[in-house]
Amino acid sequence: MSTPLATAAPGQRTTRRPGAATRRDWLVGYTMIAPQVLGAVAFVLVPLVTVAWYSLHEWNVLANTFVFAGVDNYDRMLADPGLRDSLMASLYFSIGLVLLNVSLALLLAVLLNQKLPGTTTFRTFFFSPVVASLVAWTIVWSFLLQDDGGINGFLATLGIQGPNWLRGEGTAMLAVIVVQVFKNVGLNMILFLAALQSVPEEIQEAARIDGAGAWRRFRSITLPLISPTILLVSILTIVGSLEVFAQIAVLTGGGPGNSTTVLVYYLYQQAFRFNEFGYASAVSVLLFVIVLVLTLIQWQTRKRWVFDEV
Amino acid sequence: MIPLTRRRGLAAGLVAATAVGLTACGSADQQVAGEPEAPAEPVSLTMTVWTANEDQLAMFQQIADAYVTAHPDLVADVSFEAIPFEDYTTSLTTRLAGGNPPDLAWILESYAPEFVQSGALVDVAPTLQAAEGYDYDDLVESSLSLWEQDGGLFAYPFSNSPFAMFVNTDQIEAAGQPSPAELVASESWTYDAAREIATAAAAESGKQGLVVRDFEYQVWENLSTVWEGWDAAPWSEDGTQCTFTDPEMVAAMSWIHEATFVDGALPGPGTTADFFAGDAAMTITQISRASALDDSFAWDLLPLPAGPEGRQNVIGQAGIGVFAQGANPEVAADFLAWFTNPENAEQLATYFPPPRESLLTAEVLGAANPLLSEEQLQAVVVEGIQDAVTKPAHPRFARLQETVRIGLDDLWSAGADVESVLAEVCASIDPILAD
Repeated sequence: MSTPLATAAPGQRTTRRPGAATRRDWLVGYTMIAPQVLGAVAFVLVPLVTVAWYSLHEWNVLANTFVFAGVDNYDRMLADPGLRDSLMASLYFSIGLVLLNVSLALLLAVLLNQKLPGTTTFRTFFFSPVVASLVAWTIVWSFLLQDDGGINGFLATLGIQGPNWLRGEGTAMLAVIVVQVFKNVGLNMILFLAALQSVPEEIQEAARIDGAGAWRRFRSITLPLISPTILLVSILTIVGSLEVFAQIAVLTGGGPGNSTTVLVYYLYQQAFRFNEFGYASAVSVLLFVIVLVLTLIQWQTRKRWVFDEV
Repeated sequence: MIPLTRRRGLAAGLVAATAVGLTACGSADQQVAGEPEAPAEPVSLTMTVWTANEDQLAMFQQIADAYVTAHPDLVADVSFEAIPFEDYTTSLTTRLAGGNPPDLAWILESYAPEFVQSGALVDVAPTLQAAEGYDYDDLVESSLSLWEQDGGLFAYPFSNSPFAMFVNTDQIEAAGQPSPAELVASESWTYDAAREIATAAAAESGKQGLVVRDFEYQVWENLSTVWEGWDAAPWSEDGTQCTFTDPEMVAAMSWIHEATFVDGALPGPGTTADFFAGDAAMTITQISRASALDDSFAWDLLPLPAGPEGRQNVIGQAGIGVFAQGANPEVAADFLAWFTNPENAEQLATYFPPPRESLLTAEVLGAANPLLSEEQLQAVVVEGIQDAVTKPAHPRFARLQETVRIGLDDLWSAGADVESVLAEVCASIDPILAD
């Protein structure tokens, strides 16, 4: 912003009044961030306030009634066994997804960080599902996971009778988690790969000279140095796990029973199937608070376990 | 990193909010469509439908274009918006939530009480009765009952498609089983007979026996085509008492359970089989599916079999309603009267058996359904609509559908105790029925 002042012609005043310069900087700065700010206000802030407002109402779209109900919807949440079940399903899904996804991504990244022939092909192979359409990916898996589908067909050739993956209480959620892990593990793998490649070789070299084994070097050097990436990946995966919807809708429809009815799917049912938009808004406020709290906890505790912040 | 995380967090919390808009406050009072007054300028009408069949849409458009030509002062154009069947009701209510309802919409029978009682639709009876040459008395009274309230008619049941049994006679013959048509003739066409044939045919072909189409262990209300033979129902007629534990329903569900898990007559959960692709020996579905048949196998169309309590005709209905929230309900009701007048109803009969006594003849329907013989049409359609019942319906159907689906999931395994599962189903829906 100071460039025009430095190139002022000889004989002219070499400085402008500070007030004018500040105003101009202010104008240019705000003009530049205006699209982003307007976008955030229109698509984040306004819906956020609106959904909180809706959550205080009984809203039946068929009858076209919109009646103030105070905190009735929040009271109802406390006594709703369906909501409790969906919170448990979300917890199960999130823990399963984060554990499997982060550990598998790290394992793949470490394996593919070796200078061996063919690693590029494998990286491409594991990353390609990330760019595939989510719904198409899930539909293909729904065929594979059917009772008479491809996976059980393959198991049958080995003499194993596979379970009815999407219909079993114990296997349905596991199947959804695995489908989601394979879909996104490539992205986390690439993030870990980038982090691994930024670990200075000379530190590894020094540890090697000091007699540290491969596991010790990984635990004491690599892991601390890539801990900022682990934080990033964990936050993204946890937030992403709470957003899961299409996979549930396509693979299980929330069943069997309500074993895979995660919070977002439950919210969708309340609003768009049962026409309870007020109650669904209250559930979405709850979801927002959960995501916010989880993110804040991770952010606040990062100093205890993140070695070097990005 | 912070902005990215926060934005994703916010986005996660706003799944519902982005899809809904502001709505005006209102009441659930029923409204009556009056005489249309010529608007300041001709209006555009929209009707949502769940068919994407090009021939059907072309026929609708042709009927609509004739209306526009006849009433240029009222209407500038009429458009038909196709929404996939699976998401139909959800999409429709989302449009209502967004304050953007269509003028007219197809409505599925299960949701009829909810739509009729909500006040979302206008009473179209006065408009239809007053329309010139409409012949309102020709409408079959039993087909209107689901759509009536307090003497008003809140949607016109344009489609009354009977459920029937399609059979693959090649597969049945190959299994050495008796011909279902002969069983019908000898009045021994029962569910037990159909189960025996299905079991043998599935064992012989390695394919499936009897498929209740679209049930797929989710859409349980389609099983009503079977349990009506036992005179069973999910809830009492007034919709306040659960009847899943009644002896009739326990017997019917036990029959379905054994046929599936003991005999293998019905495909188990997670198995897909399309009768029209030759994957099964029999299927229960609506006759409008006949268009999916080709010459790849020999087939026949028969009425539903009889259960222990005799034979009960079941039809699937669809109504056309006019939304009170629409911009021009009077004009939309006037268009509905045109769309369903005797001449146009005869055209629509090509695909949708109409609720008109005068048009429910094998001759009229035969002209529209070349794949079906007049005997088949007489036995299955004309007689099938008489005294027919519809699939289960309730003012809180969506919530009941999901709750029962969750409860019945426990039934769909070989070792399930039918009686205790049905008792659990009743325990879970009692509060909804009592509400």
